[in-house]
Amino acid sequence: MTDLIEPGTPAPELSLRTEDDDVFTRDSLLGQTTVLVFYPFAFSPVCTDQLQVYEQVSDEFAKRGAKLYGVSTDATWSQKAFREKLGVAIPQLSDFEPKGATSRALGTYFEPGGMTNRAIVIFGPDAVVTWSYVADSPGDLPGANLILDALDAR
Amino acid sequence: MGDEPRPGDHVRGDRGEVVIVQADFTCPWCALAHARLSEWERERPLRRVFRHLALTAKHPRAVALACAAEAAARQGAFWAFHDAVYADQGRIDEPHLWALAQRLGLDLERFEADRRDPAVLAHVQGQTKEAVLAGAMTTPTFLRDGKPDQALYHELVRNREDAKTRSATERGSEGTRTL
Repeated sequence: MTDLIEPGTPAPELSLRTEDDDVFTRDSLLGQTTVLVFYPFAFSPVCTDQLQVYEQVSDEFAKRGAKLYGVSTDATWSQKAFREKLGVAIPQLSDFEPKGATSRALGTYFEPGGMTNRAIVIFGPDAVVTWSYVADSPGDLPGANLILDALDAR
Repeated sequence: MGDEPRPGDHVRGDRGEVVIVQADFTCPWCALAHARLSEWERERPLRRVFRHLALTAKHPRAVALACAAEAAARQGAFWAFHDAVYADQGRIDEPHLWALAQRLGLDLERFEADRRDPAVLAHVQGQTKEAVLAGAMTTPTFLRDGKPDQALYHELVRNREDAKTRSATERGSEGTRTL
């Protein structure tokens, strides 16, 4: 298992599938601050809480010029259904095939579980990592305040 | 500090430990925490403080009930409304609210107008946002020194529920033994 990508590291090549069947790549990071929120599984109860809470303060992320994405190894269709069930607008990115390739490159993949860890990676508009975090356990939900503090510290 | 009630808070009890609860009225964990805190109230001096953590996306009725509770508060019935809703989580739709307001002796017309007052909604949304910005990630969230207190959450909610689950599992694994 690779270590979590550290601040100051340029983004590696990424390949994540969007809901529109587009591909989110390293170039997609350029020009705006991007927050990738990795969660273990769509429809797991704990993940449900996390994205809905972040959605509640979406204006605070927008105010800081940051765009949030949810990332998991679920297929796009599952992620779309999950997002709709949650009633959130946060776009989803799928690391389904090859499974977990991007997550492995960023050090956010949890090998024994075959899933993404509960982790967050923030990229600046130059596609360089400004902050990264992985929870001690998948059940620990990083508060929105942690992300906002990291954005404010840039 | 940070654990003292503020103006505008709903406070029950005038002495003892202060427990600040950020909660919504449609969440089963909040109802469970309420039941446990009610036991504490009978056992020891306690000052309960309620603040709203009503997540729109999480529970469809959360904001509506929070506003209704504030409308009841304007007629001096916040805690009566609070206890009644947590005691009957299966009845939280509009007709149930009207029936509850009547049962509590509220002026129904005023209750209806107040719960749709934009100032009430702004208050509920403001407290919810404040809670999330302070790090709240689940309902209910308890505060200690102004920060989410997971230890109290586990003591009041999860440990109790986990113990119940363990107990049921153990009973199941031991066949027909009754306790």
